[in-house]
Amino acid sequence: MIPMALPVRSRLAALGVAATNGLVRRLGRGAGTVAGGRVGLRLDPRLLERLARGREIIVVTGTNGKTTTSALVREGWGGDVAANTTGANMPAGHVAALVASRSSRVVLEVDEAWLDVVVAATSPVAVVLLNLSRDQLDRASEVRQLAVRWRAITVAHPALRIIANASDPLVVFAVGDAENVEWISVPHGWREDARSCPVCTAALTFGDHWSCSCGFTQPTATTIVDERGAISVHGEVVPLDLGIPGFFNRVNATFALRALAVVGQSPGAVSARLATVTSVQGRFGVRTWAGRTIRLLLAKNPAGVGVLLSELDEADGELWIAINAHVADGRDPSWIYDAPFEHVQHEVVTCLGERRLDIATRLTYAGKGVRVVDDIDELASGEGPVTLIANYTAFREWFERSAPC
Amino acid sequence: MLKIGLLYPDLLGTYGDGGNAQVLAYRARARGIATEIVETRVGDALVDADLYLLGGGEDGPQRLAADLLRESDFVRRVGDGASVFAVCAGLQILGTSFAVEGDAHYPGVGLVDAVTTRGARRSVGDMAAVVGDNTLVGFENHGGVTTLGEGLAPFGTMQRGVGNDGHVDGYKQGHIVATYAHGPALALNPWCADVLLEMALDQSLEPLHLIADDLHAQRVRAVLGN
Repeated sequence: MIPMALPVRSRLAALGVAATNGLVRRLGRGAGTVAGGRVGLRLDPRLLERLARGREIIVVTGTNGKTTTSALVREGWGGDVAANTTGANMPAGHVAALVASRSSRVVLEVDEAWLDVVVAATSPVAVVLLNLSRDQLDRASEVRQLAVRWRAITVAHPALRIIANASDPLVVFAVGDAENVEWISVPHGWREDARSCPVCTAALTFGDHWSCSCGFTQPTATTIVDERGAISVHGEVVPLDLGIPGFFNRVNATFALRALAVVGQSPGAVSARLATVTSVQGRFGVRTWAGRTIRLLLAKNPAGVGVLLSELDEADGELWIAINAHVADGRDPSWIYDAPFEHVQHEVVTCLGERRLDIATRLTYAGKGVRVVDDIDELASGEGPVTLIANYTAFREWFERSAPC
Repeated sequence: MLKIGLLYPDLLGTYGDGGNAQVLAYRARARGIATEIVETRVGDALVDADLYLLGGGEDGPQRLAADLLRESDFVRRVGDGASVFAVCAGLQILGTSFAVEGDAHYPGVGLVDAVTTRGARRSVGDMAAVVGDNTLVGFENHGGVTTLGEGLAPFGTMQRGVGNDGHVDGYKQGHIVATYAHGPALALNPWCADVLLEMALDQSLEPLHLIADDLHAQRVRAVLGN
């Protein structure tokens, strides 16, 4: 497993990663990716760089859709692809993924705040910048500061191949004057975080394209996803069959498609592979719990809730929303007031999770009816399909509690 | 008609701050009081309102909001009797000066005698403060230390968290109330929403029982650990 071309120190570090992760898994303490990766990086701080050398690496980041898009890149690539699939999207997780697989094909999902470190260490063949909006502000940098940090990456690596969202002003600001950019325009933009211009702070004007009086304006995209989800590249329509639902996933898949074009994968081959993917780490999949079918949807920030609610109505069965506020969720659920819960079409929403009173209050003030459930066993006697929107740790609880159909 | 004026949500709306307007409007309408939420965005003239709301924001937007408010007739309108509720960056803006990147003494609106300097570390986490017979509970996330002038009373006394300086939170002066409890502070503190409504309307309100009361009780227990 450990490449012999590595220096002795790195080989020892890589062995440390594998040994630690093996131990953690045997002890039943989880996937162990972070623990092992940390051990490895302590033994050799340049381990990520050394493990990455000579491989074709695609990096995916953004506030929303990075896990799904990474999975679509992996599936669409075909064959053996190394990837950090456990959600560990900081360098310790990347190191673990590169120790676990020697495949020359690698896709790394990267936390927004770690993009600079990972790009510098791995020299990726393509970087996908999906979007940038507020997420868990109590533990991450505020969103504009992130954009400024991304901008420094393109200054340091001007030739970096970037596939970026032209419809997101903060992403465009972050890309700066990078030379090797492919722009993708998408219709459903989240705009609340970019109402004022990232360059001059004047108000942006939004129409078909966004622009600012200072001259900062939406770049011309060569790949376009239109309102109906049709995809065109340089004016040519690219057919895409997807096994996972949702308009936003067509957008994610378009980014995957263009990233894979960089490594020579044809749209036809990628599309054929993606048609068979029906869920991504449990997301979008239909599961059963207590005899009921539950569609599990993950949403952990306002933009994420917005895209989900835009496609849900009573025909999807009962709507349950589960909110927690653990460290992985962000300790402060204030973001629920930025999410457009006014768009809920259900008359009554079942409120679950440790912060069920917070979401129930939010929905009440949005004029919706709520049912707060303290003991989930009460739900077992109900009938009919359920759509459950949950944030990160609440999603994990429900995934573990339920079973595949 | 009660007019709630949301000031610069395009600049000061970092974390659910718009929720405060929704909460106030809902609670006023539930008492049969016709209510309208009006907004002032960058480039707009300042709207006429009975109760102005200021949210939180990052350095650049905070500076711009302070400039726009200083250039407007905001101070005169507050002097004429309009009420103000400010959280986080909004709290700093209403003072004499505040610290932003590159300028430790950026001029504020000067409605209150409060100076904000950069703290040694960011204050992030759950907070609770005693305000009379009530408890204000919320979440703070800011890097400022705010010092109040001698004549300016704090809004609350800290029980948990940092607030202005580790001892007190926010300030209250006439019809102006400010707190470091950021974002939709009024969603967690229905009593505080009613205090502001009574202040802006100059009338007392019937009690209103909503699930928000349960939320407040639960958050007080969780944050104070009892």
